Amino acid sequence: MTEPQGLDRRAALARLLRERGDAALVTGLGSPTYDAFAAGDTDHNFYLWGGMGGAAMLGLGLALAQPQRRVVVWTGDGEMLMGLGALATIAVARPANLAIVVVDNEHYGETGMQPAHTGQGVDLAGIAAAAGFGDVSLVRTTDALEALAQRLFRPADGPLFACVKVSTGPVPKAVPSLDGPYLRTRFRLAMMGAAAFR
Amino acid sequence: MAPTWPAQIYELLKGFDVRQVAYVPDAGHAELIRLCQSDTTMQTVSLTTEEEGVAMLCGAWLGGHHGVLLMQSSGVGNCINMLTLNAECRIPLLMLVTMRGDFGEGNPQQMPMGRGAQAAMEAVGVVVLRADRAEDVAESVRAAARMAFLSQRAVALLIGQRVIGAKAMTQEPGHD
Repeated sequence: MTEPQGLDRRAALARLLRERGDAALVTGLGSPTYDAFAAGDTDHNFYLWGGMGGAAMLGLGLALAQPQRRVVVWTGDGEMLMGLGALATIAVARPANLAIVVVDNEHYGETGMQPAHTGQGVDLAGIAAAAGFGDVSLVRTTDALEALAQRLFRPADGPLFACVKVSTGPVPKAVPSLDGPYLRTRFRLAMMGAAAFR
Repeated sequence: MAPTWPAQIYELLKGFDVRQVAYVPDAGHAELIRLCQSDTTMQTVSLTTEEEGVAMLCGAWLGGHHGVLLMQSSGVGNCINMLTLNAECRIPLLMLVTMRGDFGEGNPQQMPMGRGAQAAMEAVGVVVLRADRAEDVAESVRAAARMAFLSQRAVALLIGQRVIGAKAMTQEPGHD
């Protein structure tokens, strides 16, 4: 079913993560971080509170370091637009275990709902495809979301990119810890176990 | 023949178990980049801009890999906001920065960022070391890597233009 105003962002992420297993999730600052916390806090989540433009590249370094683990980046359209070069870098590096999922409400929701380029013709999925991502999808419907959920944690031969169009409807704030050293130590322990302290 | 300073850096990176090498193409680091690319234990990633490497190596460390970012001082400004991740989350980062706007620079547009590179990085909490003689590079890389990976800080080693040699400008005296 097509949602005329876009999918519900919280429901979309909750569905995508349902079969996540031991996958790592990296979230871009602002609403994507709140979405992940609302979907259920876990030590396999690394929430960004800054470094706008860096979520996808943080995912690349993590994916290269943890090749047996699925790494999913959930970030906003504004954050992705700030680091478009990352799509070129990731397409060339070709990590098979990395998925970049942009939650696209076509606005800068954290800063006063200014319209973003993605609502004015800029097609992030098209840019990812042109960069060389093999598995690219533009998700506007619950059926397309279901199809993405089926592929998200499946072994692949290259990185995945998806752009999920969501509504700008208000969602309750859901704010995880802001404590950087805590978040990084908790996450690194989840990735490495006791080796995190060697 | 004694090993060149890039070969010394490569051996030190091996010793510190560096597994991810992020770089923006740079003449000063060309030999080191080649050495890393030929090493199957190192994953080299060519970046479109330096700040990508800062974020990438945050992810690398969170996943258990040591990394190094190779770049020129002109790229320092591109990294500043991303370096706040290292400062706030205390994530280690080793940056080896070849200098422009430094000893004998002949391109005026390289001057401001080169002159400001150290202060800009220090302003966001990066520990900055310098090496201005080829014989000092290896010890300085060792010191920077220890401070990065053991003391868990963002550390930049600036490798002076005196080590690399100033780029020749065609219109200068003595050049055709």
